[in-house]
Parts: sequence; C-alpha cells; structure tokens
Amino acid sequence: MKVMATRRAASNVGADRLFRVLTRTSAVLVLLLLAGIIVSLAWGGRGAITTYGPSFLWTSEWDPVRDHYGALVPVAGTLITSAIAVLIAVPVSFGIALFLTERAPGWLRRPLGTAIEMLAAIPSIIYGMWGLFVFVPLFQQHVQSPLVQWTRDVPVLGELFAGPPLGIGLFTAGLILSIMIIPFITAVMRDVFEQVPPMLKESAYGLGCTTWEVVWKIVLPFTRNGVISGIMLGLGRALGETMAVTFVIGNAFSLPHSLFSPSNSIASALANEFNEAGGLQKAALLELGLILFVITTLVLILSKLVLRRLSRGQDLPAGGA
Amino acid sequence: MNTDRMRRFIVSGCMGLALACVSLASPAIDLTGAGASLPYPVYAKWAARYHALTGHRVNFQSIGSGGGQQQIIAGTVDWGASDDPMPEAGLRRHDLFQFPAIIGGIVPVVNIPGIAPGALRLSGALLADIYLGRIRRWDDRAIVALNPELALPATDIVVVHRADGSGTTYGWTSYLARVSPQWRDQVGMGKAIRWPLGQGGKGNEGVAAYVSQLRYSVGYVEYAYAAHNGLSWVRLRNRAGAFVAPQASSFQAAALDADWQSAPGMGVMLTDAGGEEAWPITAASFILVPRTVRRRPERMREVLAYFDWAFREGGDIARELGYVALPDTVIGQIRERWAHDIRTPRGEAIWE
Repeated sequence: MKVMATRRAASNVGADRLFRVLTRTSAVLVLLLLAGIIVSLAWGGRGAITTYGPSFLWTSEWDPVRDHYGALVPVAGTLITSAIAVLIAVPVSFGIALFLTERAPGWLRRPLGTAIEMLAAIPSIIYGMWGLFVFVPLFQQHVQSPLVQWTRDVPVLGELFAGPPLGIGLFTAGLILSIMIIPFITAVMRDVFEQVPPMLKESAYGLGCTTWEVVWKIVLPFTRNGVISGIMLGLGRALGETMAVTFVIGNAFSLPHSLFSPSNSIASALANEFNEAGGLQKAALLELGLILFVITTLVLILSKLVLRRLSRGQDLPAGGA
Repeated sequence: MNTDRMRRFIVSGCMGLALACVSLASPAIDLTGAGASLPYPVYAKWAARYHALTGHRVNFQSIGSGGGQQQIIAGTVDWGASDDPMPEAGLRRHDLFQFPAIIGGIVPVVNIPGIAPGALRLSGALLADIYLGRIRRWDDRAIVALNPELALPATDIVVVHRADGSGTTYGWTSYLARVSPQWRDQVGMGKAIRWPLGQGGKGNEGVAAYVSQLRYSVGYVEYAYAAHNGLSWVRLRNRAGAFVAPQASSFQAAALDADWQSAPGMGVMLTDAGGEEAWPITAASFILVPRTVRRRPERMREVLAYFDWAFREGGDIARELGYVALPDTVIGQIRERWAHDIRTPRGEAIWE
C-alpha cells in the first residue's frame, strides 16, 4: 500500500516536471516564432531598408516601373482607416454592451448577444463584397453626392468631403472595418460590464442615481481596463485587416486629399502586389510588413502604458479582462 | 478490449497509409509547372483533360510570372510560365528555351448609362490621354469626334485600373506606351506601374466589379471577363485605321501579323499589330523550359508531349474560357524549334 503511494508520488513528480517543461517550451516557442518573423521580415526587406533608410517612411512615391518606393501612402491609409473604424465602433459597441447588460429585457439578451457574436464569425471577404456591391452604390448616391453638394462652399467641411463621389475610398473602408470590429469590442465590453458587482449598482440606484449616472460613475470606472483592452483588440484587428479593405479602399497609391479619396493600406498593398513582385519591390513590400508589425506593437505598448497610468491614478479595484 | 480496438485501428491505419503511398507512386509521370496567373484557367483545364486522357498528372501553380521565371531558373519545376517574354540576354544566361502557348485579348470596358456594348469607339492615343488625365470628361471634343452619333454625358471619367501586378497590366501599358509617347515617357510599362490617377481593383474580377459599380467609369479586363460580365466593351481603332471588335478572329489576326521567327525566344509583343482585322491589345503568354536538358530527358519529352497535345486538341477548351489558340503556322514553327533547339548535353534532340 505504502509502496504504491510513494511510487505514484514519484510518477506525479515526473509528470509535473514534464508538464512544466512542456508549458515552458510552448511559451519559448511563441517568443522564437515572433523573433523569427521579425528577423525574416527585416532580412527580406533589407534591400529596401539599405536603399532608402528612414526616408522610406515619408516618401509618398510608389513606382514599380522606375523601381522607387516609399511607405507614406499605405502607412497613412492604414492609420486613417483604423482611426475612422475605432471612432465609429467604440460608441456603437458601448451602446450595445450597455443595452445588453443594463436595459435589455431578459428574454432578449441571449439572442441579441449571440447575433452580435455571429457578426464576428463572418469571413472578412464577405464584408468586402457586401461593402462593394451593396453599401458603395447606396452610399455613393444617397449620402456622398448630397454631402459633397451641400458642403461645397463650407470652409473646412468642403475640404474634408471634396472630390468626385465614387463611393469607394478611405471613409468606406473605415466604416466597413468598424462593422467588423464592433462584435469584438462589444463582446469584451459586455463581459466586463457583467463583472460589476450588483451590490455596487444596486446601492447607487438606491441612492437615486439615474442609469446614466450608474454607468458613468460606477460601471465605467470599475471596468476601465477591460474596456480599453477591448478597444485595443478591435484596433489591432482593424490595422491588419486585408481583404475587406482591398475591396473598398480604391487601391490607389496617392496621398488622400479628403475623407473620401481612394487610397491604400499596408495590408491591401501587400495582398495586391506580392504575387508578381520581385527584387526591390518585394523588399519594399516586406519592409511594409515590418512597419505594420511595428505599428501594432506600438499600439499594444501604448495601451499597456495607458492602463498602468490609469490604475496608478486611482485605487479602485480593477475588474474585467 | 479497448487497447485491442486501438491496436486494430492503428494497424489498419498503417496499412491504409502504405496502400496510399503505393497508389501515389504508380502514375507514370507527374509534371510540375509554375508561373503566370493570366492563363491559369486554361492551363488548369488542359491539365485536367490531359489527366483524364493519359493518366499523366500535370500540376500548374499560379504563382505569378516573376515566380515562374525564378522557379525555372532554379530548376525546381519542369516548366515555367510567364506573361512577359524573357529578354534574349536572360534566355541565354540561364540557358532557357521560350515559346508562346496561348493568346489572350485585353479589352477596354466602360459603364456609361445608355451606351451599349460595342457602341463606343476609341483609339489608343485617346485611351492613353484618359489614363494620363489629359482627357477628363466623356464629352471631350476628341471623344465626340470619333463618336458623332452618340450622346455622350457631360461627366467626369472615372478611371479604373488593376491594383495587383499582372500580365494584363503589362499588355495594357505596353500598348499605351507604344501608341503614346507621353505615356512612354511619363509612366512606362510593366506588370505594376505608378498610375497617374484612378482607383485599382484586385484582379480582373475586381476591375470588372468596379466598372460595373461606378457610373461613367472606364477600365480594362481580359476578354473572358468582358464577355461574361455583361460590361460594355469598346471598339478600338487599330494601326490599319479600322475599328475592330474584340473577338477570337481579331486576336488571331493580330497573332498572324506578328513576325515570330525573328523575335528572340519568339517573344513577340502583339500589341498594335498591323493587320486590317487585328485587335490592337493582344498578348501571348509564354512557356519556359531548359534548352540543354541535363537531367532526365524523358521528363522533358513528356512536357513537350503535353504541350503538343494542347496545341492539337486544346483549342476548344481555350475558346470556351475566352482565350485563343495560336495560329497553325505558329504552332508549326514552335514544333520545328523544339526539334532544333532543345537538346541533351550530347546534342541529341529531345523532340522528333
């Protein structure tokens, strides 16, 4: 009896060690993979990196015939479309999550929540096709044309909306992206809102707070970290999205001069040109990939810094994801 | 019981795997090609039919013309496919033999309400000016002069081009560069270029979608896409001064007009061909094979046998897909060159 117990204990120790080694290897593997991707992107792009140096970042020309490349247009397009997407998606997701956790009747919560999660399961190319074939014509005829007409003589807005009403361009790409990231942000927000202890909310209601006051003073401060993580998750997805953007952004290597201009993003430039590229063009595309990598890393670092700053500022318990 | 079932499962799995390996090894020949994406539908369909007839597998991977050239230079495939002919220096340096395999036509398409397919007439110089931004409206005097009977709208022209690098763009820009000195000097030709204006669609289907979505737009697609998407194609003025429609006969007329014999590697540019019937934006797609066959000459013989079959029997498949087979005289010249140029290191001919 005793012998068996010690033997089992010994085998447990062995299994435990094996388990530790396995988990550690997995973790190290991720780091190695990450380093490998960075190194191979930099190595593949070394032709462009050595040819152009840092000026690659602020050159707007992209001319495969004369073999001259610059990253300004796709970098700007990526940042602008992602910014539009987040600006639209955050308030909408916030509203959906609040409705689901605070206002919706019980029988509606499950089906509505599932429907929003299903939005996340739709392949991105479907969003692109829907955008091009359904949204673009409607937007072109019923929104963009009148908008351009009305704002023609308004000083700032006129500039913002100028240009022929094509329906495709930066704004459309941003809008499609926002629809794509809404389910992600909403899901995270709903989950963290549900983490708020009912006691806190009930007490606030008991003191006579309105729903808005409860949300603004209790729910949001309590779930801040989770909400910001959700937004960053959405932003990360928007930065790297390829197919849907390629469909509606216009794929033109020209600097945008208005909100509706056709332009290009890093991911769609890669998707478009990689197949037939060679030599310096391929190197420039790989360097673009490296830049996208750096941008997403910066976004991640920035969000961590914001979180740290916030949690230092106040000593409320940090909840959520 | 449980372990017994497990064992039986593993044993049967291993046997199945072994059988699969044997059956994989049995087909006589497994040929591999890689390259151009423009003729991919034809090569894939030819390969499927050839497999059904002979049992030989021919794999073609559409990795792009540049990739096809690199792979055949590296010797990792049996044949490479490229939309732009490899220049003579490259052929000599890498000891490659090049021949055309299929012809395609590139067609300008427009979306102007009220204008039927084939109603609008344009010239190459006008197309170049539109794509340069020198002509910006449909009722420009130069366009009206060619179409006095059409009511052209007083709207801006929306220019659509390919966003991805492609043989179609190569054919299109080489035509524009040939007919317009401004285009040649300011933009040039290539599989991907710096477009002076307009928006890009990904692939032929992307351009076709943009043109059908955007009113008052003009774009260019391969013939098959123009025919199948119900887009309004344009009649073009060729070098002989005649306005021609894009169709199999006008593509073949362009191929007949070309001087295949004297071009190095038969790398003829068919754009702006001279015949009365010739469609001006026609392009051939090319196959690259080793000129001196150092390894396994019987494989090379099978590659040539496959293309020989395709030249004899593949014309119908090509036509169904919107491509055009080479004229018989050109095919005859290609066979002669196979016999003459492709040799083993000891000088034996591969093709008789």
